[in-house]
Amino acid sequence: MATTVPRRRRIKTRREKVVESTVLVPLDWIDERTAAVKGTKWFLFRNVPRDVNWMQTLGSATLTAFIVQALTGAILAMYYQPSTAIDPTTGKPVAYSSIQKITNDVTLGWLVRGMHRWGASVFIILLFLHMGRVFLFGAYKYPRELTWITGVLILATGMLMGFTGYLLPWDQTAYWATAVGINLNGTAPFLGPWLAQFLANGPEISNFTLPKFYALHMLLLPGAIIALIGIHIYLVTRLGVVSPPWSKEEAGRERDGDGVVPSAARAGLVRGSSGSGS
Amino acid sequence: MSEQRNDNHAPRPSLWPIGFAIAVACLLVGLVISWIIAAVGAALAIVFGLLWAREVTREVRGEVPEVEPETRVVADEAAPTTGDGQVPLPMYTRSRFLEATTIGLGAAIGVAVTLPVLGFMVLPSFTNLKKIRVDLGPIDNFPEGTFVIASFIANPTIGQVSRRTAFVRYNGPTSNGEPSFTILYSRCVHLGCPVQPNGPIDEKDKKTFGNVELRPVLAQSFGCPCHGGQYNSEGNRTAGPPVRSMDRFEYSIKDRHLILGQVYAVGSVTGSGADAKISKYPWSTPGTHVDGIEAWLYPIVPSQVTG
Repeated sequence: MATTVPRRRRIKTRREKVVESTVLVPLDWIDERTAAVKGTKWFLFRNVPRDVNWMQTLGSATLTAFIVQALTGAILAMYYQPSTAIDPTTGKPVAYSSIQKITNDVTLGWLVRGMHRWGASVFIILLFLHMGRVFLFGAYKYPRELTWITGVLILATGMLMGFTGYLLPWDQTAYWATAVGINLNGTAPFLGPWLAQFLANGPEISNFTLPKFYALHMLLLPGAIIALIGIHIYLVTRLGVVSPPWSKEEAGRERDGDGVVPSAARAGLVRGSSGSGS
Repeated sequence: MSEQRNDNHAPRPSLWPIGFAIAVACLLVGLVISWIIAAVGAALAIVFGLLWAREVTREVRGEVPEVEPETRVVADEAAPTTGDGQVPLPMYTRSRFLEATTIGLGAAIGVAVTLPVLGFMVLPSFTNLKKIRVDLGPIDNFPEGTFVIASFIANPTIGQVSRRTAFVRYNGPTSNGEPSFTILYSRCVHLGCPVQPNGPIDEKDKKTFGNVELRPVLAQSFGCPCHGGQYNSEGNRTAGPPVRSMDRFEYSIKDRHLILGQVYAVGSVTGSGADAKISKYPWSTPGTHVDGIEAWLYPIVPSQVTG
C-alpha cells in the first residue's frame, strides 16, 4: 500500500456538483434515516465461495416463482368470486362461472390464470429441486439447521396453498379432489375427524367450504409463507452460501489480512470464508 | 456509582394519577350509564388532575419537599451500602412492575381478542348443524328388491351444493307389517368419492318428486371409481381399501312417504334385507374405523359431541 501514488484532489466541476446534489443528497437523506445503503450492502454484496455453481440459484428461482404466484394471484382475485350460489345467467355456480369468464372473456385472463395454475406446479418443482440441492450439498448442517427447518415449513405451507387453491375452480375435479383431501386429513388419529369437519365447515363440503378455502388461500397462508420466506432469506444472508462438496478450497481457510476466526469460518459461520486459494 | 440512578428530574412517586385514572374511568362509564356518575367523574378528574399537576410541578414551582425520599430494601436481601454510606434506592422495582403489567395486560388483551375470533373460526363447523330430513316421496315409487338411485337436496337453503345421492331398496314389509328399507349413502367410506352402482340405470322409469330424482338401477353391488372399493348389496366391503361398510340413512315412514333422516356409520352387516343385523355407530369421517381395535384411534368423533 505504501507504493500507491497519492491522488491529487481534483476540483469538482459545477456539473458534478449538480449531480451530487440531485442524486446523492436525497439518497443520503434516506440513508441517514434508514441505513438502507448499509442494509442493501449487507443483503446483496456478500462474499460467496468462488466455486459456487448454477444449482445454487434454485432458491432464488423458487422465490421468483413465488413472487409470480403472489402477483398473479392478487390480480386473479380481482375477477374471481368464491360463491357456490347459482349464477342466474349461466345456470352454474358463481365460482365456476367466474373462472370461465376469466379464462374465456376477460382480456388476457387466460394468460394470468395459466401463469398462476402452472406456476403453482413450477413453484413446487423448484422447491423440491432446491431442497434436493441443499440436501446433496450437505448445506443443512451446522449452522444452517434452522434454515432447513424454515424451508421445510415453507414446503408444508406451499402444499397447503396448493390444496386450498385446487378447490377454487369449483369444478368436478376440484370438488372431489378436495373431498378426498379433506377425508385424508380426517383419517389422522384422534383429531383427524375434527380437522376434517373444520376444513369442510361441517360434516361434508358445503357452501362455506369454498369461502373458507379462499380465505386460507388468499389471506392466512400467504401471510404465513411470506413470514417464513423472510426468516429463511434472513438466515441465508446471515449464514452465507456453502461451497459445493467437491470444492478443493479448504473450508475455513483464513484470507490474507482478513481477520476471520478459523473455527467459526470452518463451521461456515462467517460469510465468504471458503478461503482465497492463494 | 455508575449504577446510581440520576433521578433529579423525575417526579416523586405519587398516588394522584391513580385517582385521576379512576375518575376518568368513572366519567366514561357515566357517559354510558347516567350523567350524574359522569358529572361526579368529571369533577373528580378535575380535582385529581389538579392535585397531580401540583405534585409534579412542585420542584419547578420551587417548593421544598416535605419529606425525605423513602428508601426500601429489595426482597429479602439488605440493600448493599455504597462507599459513602448511602443506601441506594431499589433499582428496578418500578420498571419491573411496568414490564410485568405491560406483558400481563398485553397477554390479557391478546387472549380477550383472540379467543372469540378463534372460536368464530372453528366453532361454526361444529354447532347449529342442520339435521337432514328429506321427503323422498311415496313409498310406492320404490319397487321391492330393486335399488333406486335417489338424488336429493339435503339442505334447501344452501341449494345444489348439498345434493346427495342414496341407494334405496324396498325390502317388503317386516314380520310386524312395517315397511323395511335399505338406504345406503353413496359416499365411499374409503375417502368419500361417489360410489356407483354396478349395473345399468333404467332412465325411462325415472321419477321425480320435487327436487328428488329417482332412477331404478339393476345392480346388486357398488363400486367406487376413485380407488377401486367394492361393496355388495348390503354395503359390506368386498374388495379395495374401504375400512367399514357403507354408511346408511335413518328413515321413517310418514303418510306412506319415505322420510330420510341422519346418516350413520356401519361397522358391518350380517344377513340381508329386512332381517339384516346392522352394527350401527355414530357417523364419522370416511376412512376412519368405527369398530375393531383401529377404532381406538378415533375415541371421540364430532358427531358424538354435536349430534
